[in-house]
Amino acid sequence: MLRKGIITVILIGFAVMLLQLFLSFNGNEDLNTTALHYAENGIEEVGAANLVTSVVVTYRGLDTLGEVTILFLTAAIIGLFLKLTREEKSEKREVRPTSEILQTAMKVLVPVIFLFGIYVFINGHLTPGGGFQGGAIIASGILLMFLADPNRKISHGLIAVIESISGISFVIIGILGIVLAGGFLDNHILPLGKFGTLLSAGAVPLIYIFVGLKVGSELSNIIYYLNQTQKEKK
Amino acid sequence: MTTVILTIILGVMVLAMAIIAIVHKKTITAILAAGAVSLFASILYLVLAAPDVAMTEAAIGSGLSTVIFFYVLNKIRQDA
Repeated sequence: MLRKGIITVILIGFAVMLLQLFLSFNGNEDLNTTALHYAENGIEEVGAANLVTSVVVTYRGLDTLGEVTILFLTAAIIGLFLKLTREEKSEKREVRPTSEILQTAMKVLVPVIFLFGIYVFINGHLTPGGGFQGGAIIASGILLMFLADPNRKISHGLIAVIESISGISFVIIGILGIVLAGGFLDNHILPLGKFGTLLSAGAVPLIYIFVGLKVGSELSNIIYYLNQTQKEKK
Repeated sequence: MTTVILTIILGVMVLAMAIIAIVHKKTITAILAAGAVSLFASILYLVLAAPDVAMTEAAIGSGLSTVIFFYVLNKIRQDA
């Protein structure tokens, strides 16, 4: 009874706090100074048709590098902890074969999903989406592969190589920006090109390809480890 | 006006699914409801003109994380 009373009091307290926030909210019609700068000068300075991309990859490129690093650490920690229980000698659990529908659908859909993921991150500077989204779509294709056939093996070494190379390339492009252009991850190391075409916005498409490959391989790695844990018998 | 109505409907759906995810007795239903929260949220982002966020939410929130929850649930059941 006392506990419920305390919870109610805390909830009312939260409600009062949030009510003041709600009452003081007025819809912001104008952009603030930073956003206005991005909106007005983004096209000339970066040349990307998708303004979100120009903010994410160039103006706030360092944040993207941080995000990718966090994801890499997550994948590494999951791999580290699941590896302790993933011994080859442990007894394998029999996995029931999945249904015919799922297996056939996997064969039809996985190439399409991969293609769509690659499309999303190559066209990140033109259409909505980008490296992170494209990588997640590719990882969901890998997930479908594992759902249809849990015993499937994917080349662990290949994933690690792709991930390392794209991570290093991302940082090298960033450092090239310091050497050849205005600063870290500056996209002017390549010509800006014609606005709205595939080969425009300088280094942005290149950066997004590497981010997409890196995110895709990291998420695939996590799925692979989790799938491995399903097969061992306790 | 249509956008406002759609936004309200989607917001209510997100809340309803979140409540189901918290209070439902069966864990499987709760996981599916948590996935549905992400699904409705991604449509909500799309309606509110944020397609970049919507794509991430649909792929990670309702796709990958739901299946990861199922993997973990399966693992816990085996161990118990």
